[in-house]
Amino acid sequence: MKAAVIVFPGSNCDRDLARAFERAGLQVAMVWHKDTALPDGIDIVGIPGGFSFGDYLRCGAIAANAPIVGAVKAHADRGGYVLGICNGFQVLTETGLLPGALLRNAGLKYICRTIGLRVEAGSVYTEGYGTGTDIALPIAHHDGNYFADPHTLDSLEAEDRVAFRYTDNPNGSARDIAGVLSSNRRVLGMMPHPERASETAHGNEDGARLFAHLTAALTTA
Amino acid sequence: MQEPAITEELIKAHGINPDEYAQILRILNREPSFTELGIFSAMWNEHCSYKSSKLHLRKLPTSGPQVICGPGENAGVVDIGDGQAVVFKMESHNHPSYIEPYQGAATGVGGILRDVFTMGARPIAAMNSLSFGEKDHPKTRQLVHGVVEGVGGYGNAFGVPTVGGEVRFHPAYNGNCLVNAFAAGLADTDKIFYSAASGVGRPVVYLGAKTGRDGVGGATMASAEFDDSIEEKRPTVQVGDPFTEKRLMEATLELMQTGAVISIQDMGAAGLTCSAVEMGDKGGLGIRLDLENVPQRETNMTAYEMMLSESQERMLMVLDPAKEAEAKAVFDKWDLDFAIVGETIAEDRFLIMHNGTCVADLPLSTLASSAPEYDRPWEPTAEAVPLEDVPQIDPIDALRALVQSPNYCSRAWVYDQYDSQVMADTMRVPGFGAGVIRVHGTDKKMAFTSDVTPRYVRANPVEGGKQAVAEAYRNLCAVGARPLATTDNLNFGNPEKPEIMGQFVGALDGIGQACIALDMPIVSGNVSLYNETDGQGILPTPTIGAVGLIAADEEPILGYARDGHVALLVGQTAGHLGQSALLYEVFNREDGDAPHVDLPAEKAAGEFIRANRDWIRCCTDLSDGGLALAAFEMAAASDVGVQIDSDDSATLFGEDQGRYLIACNFDSAEALMIAAGQAGVHLTSVGRFTGESVRFGRSEAPLEDLKTLSKDALAGHFA
Repeated sequence: MKAAVIVFPGSNCDRDLARAFERAGLQVAMVWHKDTALPDGIDIVGIPGGFSFGDYLRCGAIAANAPIVGAVKAHADRGGYVLGICNGFQVLTETGLLPGALLRNAGLKYICRTIGLRVEAGSVYTEGYGTGTDIALPIAHHDGNYFADPHTLDSLEAEDRVAFRYTDNPNGSARDIAGVLSSNRRVLGMMPHPERASETAHGNEDGARLFAHLTAALTTA
Repeated sequence: MQEPAITEELIKAHGINPDEYAQILRILNREPSFTELGIFSAMWNEHCSYKSSKLHLRKLPTSGPQVICGPGENAGVVDIGDGQAVVFKMESHNHPSYIEPYQGAATGVGGILRDVFTMGARPIAAMNSLSFGEKDHPKTRQLVHGVVEGVGGYGNAFGVPTVGGEVRFHPAYNGNCLVNAFAAGLADTDKIFYSAASGVGRPVVYLGAKTGRDGVGGATMASAEFDDSIEEKRPTVQVGDPFTEKRLMEATLELMQTGAVISIQDMGAAGLTCSAVEMGDKGGLGIRLDLENVPQRETNMTAYEMMLSESQERMLMVLDPAKEAEAKAVFDKWDLDFAIVGETIAEDRFLIMHNGTCVADLPLSTLASSAPEYDRPWEPTAEAVPLEDVPQIDPIDALRALVQSPNYCSRAWVYDQYDSQVMADTMRVPGFGAGVIRVHGTDKKMAFTSDVTPRYVRANPVEGGKQAVAEAYRNLCAVGARPLATTDNLNFGNPEKPEIMGQFVGALDGIGQACIALDMPIVSGNVSLYNETDGQGILPTPTIGAVGLIAADEEPILGYARDGHVALLVGQTAGHLGQSALLYEVFNREDGDAPHVDLPAEKAAGEFIRANRDWIRCCTDLSDGGLALAAFEMAAASDVGVQIDSDDSATLFGEDQGRYLIACNFDSAEALMIAAGQAGVHLTSVGRFTGESVRFGRSEAPLEDLKTLSKDALAGHFA
């Protein structure tokens, strides 16, 4: 099974995400943002955390127009899997692959700490935990305050597309939403960093289950 | 463009005194041009030339078998085995941060990161040591918000984990905050890059961001005291762009892989001037620059402005001409400027051309080596006034006061604003002792700490200097790391005052003694003088940044105390309360001598911890606040109550040095007792971890209440 990790010039969690994919058993190709095509046979595209183009404007707004994004959209349109973490989630909302937007944190400060999450909607990403499980993952962002209009939020909930909710909302996100799925449940955007909680050395391995189950699901699919 | 005539006022405005100007005339045998005067001012100011401190810095221990490169390059290089090296340095950005806190702090972080990756090392850890005025001073709130956001804004976007640091508040910093930024990087020992140019006729290449007018005269500004005109100095502060820095780092490291780089130097203080002179001087070559080829962000920039600009995210490099196309391709990939702006020349000249006109023609080696050096008069600091009686106080009341004081409460409100885990190798985030990261792709671990207790240094510079190094040593040992080497960031007041110079000389003496005894040589550092406003100096603050190594087959000590664990105290307690946290925070007193450091005992205690790591579940050093604060912090981090048998203020809050608190089970405690007896280390049982409260003697309070007080104190004040 093969994963692509998109590298924007300001990505800084690309190596971390690649390592988490690899440890779970995926082959990883790093793909430069100026490329226009994904390598052949990619099963999942990872969009890593960081500050894609400095993010001095809206986070992810420039990245959403990078040459590689056309290929990522095509991959998603074909039913391919896409995982966007942190800045990756911001990029996914900017591309329109996921609804909503990530606003500045309600407290206006960058927040880096481990927070509690409740796993909700089922998907290849979340089934390793099981619905209703409480886990802990690190967050590290300035703009993680999930926003969508009430109608969109209602339909996300009605369609069971909220993958993770904060148990103690750190950033003002609407309805405590920390991660959302696309309607086909194959594109996930999430603010927390599972790749930073995936090894014994991290002191927390709650993130490892996401990658392990994802790999298992892709392998049997 | 016509350059202004050289007048007395102009010379003075450049921070050049009459003697120094006379020396310039002797060197040139003519009057300097305006641009040349600017170049001299850039090279000879205190910040760049270390003219007041050099004489004393030479006395510091800087060598050892572990040292690959000591002070003098962009950062120190220390061997960590297996062909790898850690490259690190700490540097101040005090003056700019006070004038413009966000950008001042941000570019401080940017500057130190650049120092590290210029040498071929990928930054893997950052720390920062911050000193502010009283929490209620009208300026403090803005400074705290701006500085913390600036540090975070730059480091977070760049992508380096901030794993440690310090924050302190004291009225002596009301007019001058301190921002000391540390960075460490990882490199292969055979791929370290230095600044000495070599080869005549080789292209001098400009890399990175474009040059603007920001920061012109910054280094000169940082070499003077502040007064009422401070607001006018805002234009001397640079503006940071971490996104460009991130790309510059990636491009530079990629370029180094191609073999195109002969020598490289980042443009920091005094920008193009300092970097070019440094490369030429170290290589015994001259440099010619053609300024019209410098990438410029603004129009009509003069030679003077270009030579003195401190625009950020720039590098200067001598290139192997055969690899020019390859090198340019790397910079095109990262969308960064790459311009040939000059060449190395055989004559000893620093020749600056602008649109075909010579604007400066100076003897390069003389310019570099003839900076003035002063043996400033100094007087030893008077012996501290003996400590007056300290009233007994309920120890829990005292603890309650400490844990909610701005100096000893939880720092989470600050470090939560820093990304501490990017790169996914962080093993211990800030909040409880030294930060620990894994060396990527190996089982080696590195520990980082930054320490100084300015009150001690003021009371007794020699002992205070020793103590700063000893505390750093202790913090590293407490996580099981072998201390390797040190970087010093020496922040003092006006060196032209003999009592300030006396503090400097004394502190350096103490630092030197401790570095020798504890085998942690100084490999890099920075001096920041003139931290005074309207004649009021800061507390002498020689910040010590230290790095330790935990071998691949050694476990770090990163566990937590558990219910039923024994509390063991390493080291001897005499109950030294002079200059203590208790005295300052509870009684508002700053009298008495600083605690003295017994360096051999310090070494023995640290070695004992490292040798017996397998028995130790959790460990912390004792420093400010003594046993009481250490016990609370360990209990809070571990989420278990603690009972200390004693209720005596001096026993609980005394700040005797060379001590650690250990938590372990009963069997391990017995083993440790035997080991301590054999090692000649003092080890006593002082209580145990249990329940849900903190109890000293018969006085107690719920742990959760104390934790809440501690956690909410900074946030409550500043949020």
